[in-house]
Amino acid sequence: MSSIEIIVFLPLLAAIIAGLGQRIIGAVAAKIITTAGLFVSCALSWPIFIGFLTGSETAYVEPVMKWVESGGLNFNWELRVDSLTAVMLVVVTTVSALVHLYSWGYMEEDPDQPRFFAYLSLFTFAMLMLVTANNLVQMFFGWEGVGLASYLLIGFWYKKPSASASAIKAFVVNRVGDLAYMLGIFGIFIVFQTVDITTILEAAPSQAGSSIGFLGLRLDTMSILCILLFIGAMGKSAQLGLHTWLPDAMEGPTPVSALIHAATMVTAGVFMVCRLSPMFEAAPAALAFVTVIGAATCFFAATIGTTQWDIKRVIAYSTCSQLGYMFFAAGVGAYGAAMFHLFTHAFFKALLFLGAGSVIHAMHHEQDMRYYGGLRKQIPFTFWAMMAGTLAITGVGVYHLKAGFAGFWSKDAILEVAYASAGEYSNMAFWLGTIAALLTSFYSWRLMFLTFWGKPRWIESEHIQHSVHKTPEEAGEDTTGGYRPHESPWTMLVPLGVLSVGAIFAGQIFHHAFLDEASFWAGSIAYNEVLMEERELVPLWVKYDASIVMLIGLVAAWYAYIRNTDVPRQTVEQLGPIHTFVYRKWMFDELYDNIFVKPAFWLGRFFWRRGDEGTINRFGPDGAAWVVMQGSGLAKKFQSGFLTSYALIMLIGLVAAVTWVLF
Amino acid sequence: MIGIEHYLVVSSILFVMGVLGIFLNRKNVIIILMAIELILLAVNINLVAFSAFLGDLTGQIFAMFVLTVAAGEAAIGLAILVIYFRGRGTIAVDDVNRMKG
Repeated sequence: MSSIEIIVFLPLLAAIIAGLGQRIIGAVAAKIITTAGLFVSCALSWPIFIGFLTGSETAYVEPVMKWVESGGLNFNWELRVDSLTAVMLVVVTTVSALVHLYSWGYMEEDPDQPRFFAYLSLFTFAMLMLVTANNLVQMFFGWEGVGLASYLLIGFWYKKPSASASAIKAFVVNRVGDLAYMLGIFGIFIVFQTVDITTILEAAPSQAGSSIGFLGLRLDTMSILCILLFIGAMGKSAQLGLHTWLPDAMEGPTPVSALIHAATMVTAGVFMVCRLSPMFEAAPAALAFVTVIGAATCFFAATIGTTQWDIKRVIAYSTCSQLGYMFFAAGVGAYGAAMFHLFTHAFFKALLFLGAGSVIHAMHHEQDMRYYGGLRKQIPFTFWAMMAGTLAITGVGVYHLKAGFAGFWSKDAILEVAYASAGEYSNMAFWLGTIAALLTSFYSWRLMFLTFWGKPRWIESEHIQHSVHKTPEEAGEDTTGGYRPHESPWTMLVPLGVLSVGAIFAGQIFHHAFLDEASFWAGSIAYNEVLMEERELVPLWVKYDASIVMLIGLVAAWYAYIRNTDVPRQTVEQLGPIHTFVYRKWMFDELYDNIFVKPAFWLGRFFWRRGDEGTINRFGPDGAAWVVMQGSGLAKKFQSGFLTSYALIMLIGLVAAVTWVLF
Repeated sequence: MIGIEHYLVVSSILFVMGVLGIFLNRKNVIIILMAIELILLAVNINLVAFSAFLGDLTGQIFAMFVLTVAAGEAAIGLAILVIYFRGRGTIAVDDVNRMKG
């Protein structure tokens, strides 16, 4: 067993033992096995990553076993290890191990803990299969595996109808993307006669400019293949159009949101684009598409984030927005910057989610920020961790000091390459990214100010009222209602601490390797050296642009939520329908409900009532039964029980028979 | 001169009366038994008439067999009727419909 095999299969083994053997080994043992398995995986991943950083490791492919040999279609289970995989390995195993530990505290009162831990480990296994895949089919296996685990975990509290509905929504929306992804794989097999990633990437440049028939049209081969694959990525990474499942996925337990819907699964699309970057490089139209979608998502999700009240939803839209950054970075050709933002984002976004979980835990499961306030002194550790996460996501740092939090390095790099790039739409991406950075700063600080500053507004929360058995009237002047928020147990604080370290230092330590060294990537992604050098030469105002808009956002949030708390209400009144439009998430849910969901239901009902019941049943089974009923009703009348009528019939029959014989 | 055709006409009339007696009878099971006797007698007349006409004794011997069997049949039929009456308290044809499916 090589170390990579242990890293990948240990979570699977732990998931099987914990999931199937929970009755035998007990809940505590199941939790210990899964958590320990993940920590072992994590401990084995970091040496690989550091090996690639120092240059002592080289890329290799570890064969596991044969899979399919059918005519021209051959592929095996293989684990590919290179720089790109190594980055994902540490991200996935580290966040997953910390989330396992965090769940000890967060899920303490849940009766189904072994199931929860088994799902978490199963998810980690699927994600590791995805990032180590050496062929597109194995990647698709991991892709669907994480989708399944996501479905199971969003619907973990399956007795809640809203959780079940969200799980189904996530699954169905992802299917839309997966259809395109599968078409992409089929197309690649047709064009390249293989699904092996190494071979495809080598052959990709030679296919640039060729055309292929698709839907009766003659299209550029590489563009159509890349766009199909990217639509798959849009589904998984919640990009504009297929993003609607992500905010609803917040129905799942908070550790799940941190692991799956912030740090790892949703970044699978970015990873896939980077993994196949030589292909995308051969398809300029697809890159333009990626840029536009990424930039649009980044801006659109950030606007929604500024209006939401649910703490987890704000962070969910923030995730959506940050994924947009990663995509347009890839779109303008800076795959290193995209992966770097993925890497830093995993730390600070997981930190923000786990911090939000800690706040929710402290506030008796209240998630509405309107009922928080003044929590800074009550839960200081969580406060400082959230502060680190916020400083990281808003990109606090000073260019001339060469010092900053994680997001400062990665987000600035993305904006700089967008400015420097000559690619189509990169200018638009730069400006949308800048506006999104302003909005990011605003909604992140808004979250902080509403939660940790100001006067407590706890008694208005039904959860708190329930806890202290008081109504707001009874509490009177004391808006805390006598509720005492409690700091979380150490199992939840340790992950916060570790992630805070990541959020503070990840950018500082790793930016050089990720952004400036082609040797680190060693050909695992398409590395555009010219673009990365031009990045250094952008005007000074571009380098400071993210910091400036961050300060504007901070001041605006401070003024609106601390200085003059009437401002938000007045602004909402002034904006009127615009605010409603943004608050209702740009009406995407309503739009989809009207153009997809309702017609689908109507069609379903039509086929059910008219087609199935009205036609097939009516003339099929029901019709046959009716004919038999009527026929036997008639036949029944012959059997009256009267001897005389039997005799008459016998006579008629006899006469008929005789007549027949004689004539 | 009375020929074979007269015998056949009488026998036919008797046969039809017997058959109608079975079908049109709505009152009494005993009438059915009597109607059956009539049919048998019609057949007997036929047999005897043809026997005399053809000068072959077989027909008359057959008629004797038929009479014997008819007597037995009548006895069994009446016996069943008695048992039936004890059980159901009626022998009206309209009530005898236990052979219904």
